[in-house]
Amino acid sequence: MGFLKTQNVRIAGVAAAVPKQIKDIPNLSCFAPGEAEKTMALTGVRQSRVCPPEMCCSDLCYASAEKLLSELGWANEEIDILIFVSLSRDYMTPATANLLQNRLGLSTECVTIDIPFACSGYVYGMSVISSMMQNGCLKKGLLLVGETTSKIQSPLDKTLYPLHGDGGTATALEYDENAKPMMFHLAGDGGRAEAIINPDGGVRNPITEESLKMVEFGPGITRNRTQSIIDGMGVFDFSMTIPPKSIKALEEHFEINQDEIDHFLIHQANKYLIDKIVRKIKADPTKVPYSLQVYGNISSGTIPLTMVTRIREDLQNGHQKLLGCGFGSGLSWASMCIETDKIVVPDLIEL
Amino acid sequence: MELNEFIKNVADQFDETDASEITATTAFHNLDEYSSLIALSIMSMVDDEYDVQLKGDDMRGAVTVEDLFNIVKSKI
Repeated sequence: MGFLKTQNVRIAGVAAAVPKQIKDIPNLSCFAPGEAEKTMALTGVRQSRVCPPEMCCSDLCYASAEKLLSELGWANEEIDILIFVSLSRDYMTPATANLLQNRLGLSTECVTIDIPFACSGYVYGMSVISSMMQNGCLKKGLLLVGETTSKIQSPLDKTLYPLHGDGGTATALEYDENAKPMMFHLAGDGGRAEAIINPDGGVRNPITEESLKMVEFGPGITRNRTQSIIDGMGVFDFSMTIPPKSIKALEEHFEINQDEIDHFLIHQANKYLIDKIVRKIKADPTKVPYSLQVYGNISSGTIPLTMVTRIREDLQNGHQKLLGCGFGSGLSWASMCIETDKIVVPDLIEL
Repeated sequence: MELNEFIKNVADQFDETDASEITATTAFHNLDEYSSLIALSIMSMVDDEYDVQLKGDDMRGAVTVEDLFNIVKSKI
């Protein structure tokens, strides 16, 4: 079973950055008249942010990391491990974590790893970095997580583009023998790989002229083969069924008392779905923060972005027991229970 | 579960389509208002009301409202 408990690692801070440019959902060209309002009513997403062409996910994560390190007062050369979680890598090779190591002025002895995961990526990334840090050889770490969905989706596809946004985050961790354990449930089903897929652009289907042809699949659904395809009904059925089971499995396995959770950080896929998951796990709805109304779904980055934009003061001023759940392409899903105590949370950065 | 109540629950997911247009034999995919959003609303209603999780293929495979009723009934 995919249960994991890691010890001796404390979260020291979290920061997030979004582009200044606003994606104005009601005026997107993929919608027929009236459709935008219905979509917004169902998903809860009213606007999000979008990168200009020259800005990458690593730029947003870099800005978050710089500001976080400066507010923590950590020296850049103290960082022993950097993990970058995103589908939006700078290049096919080298790994983006390598580039960020150099750009942030980290030591060449710093361990660097890319994890090319989508919506489950923050929880997966947290499990990997805390596992690698828990024996004390690596003292300080950075988990950089985010997505530029605008670069991998078609702006002419109403099934995806209006729900998503761009953003990058940084979480700082340090070895601390007094830290409370982190608990994880990690799972996935590659049998449902085609539920969310960008068919061309990897080495299975390299990009050809054909890959770039824009094809209309129906009203408001035009895309090419390098861009994301979603089986909306398949993903909806998965999302209302599996994440609640994963959260319950985590709580049962580790005997977590749900009443002690201060905030439930559910991946910001859409509000309707989150409300449903919250009802199924019988969580107190007042403990569920939402960032999707103004930032949309930024894939792996939604949990830390919600922390920075919605529960910042709670994180800064006291102890928090948090339950997080991410789910999406893979299909892949993961839940975690983590605790924080007066952590550093800089203001949201706008680039 | 009861068919007429199920039909009413399905009809409730539509805003512009008159409830009288939705009967057991209605091929709901062909209704003008039917869209992927309505499909998700129906899946969600079935989950809430009947505690049954429909798959995308169940939605695509059902032709009439009664077909969908029978799929849901078989999963209870």
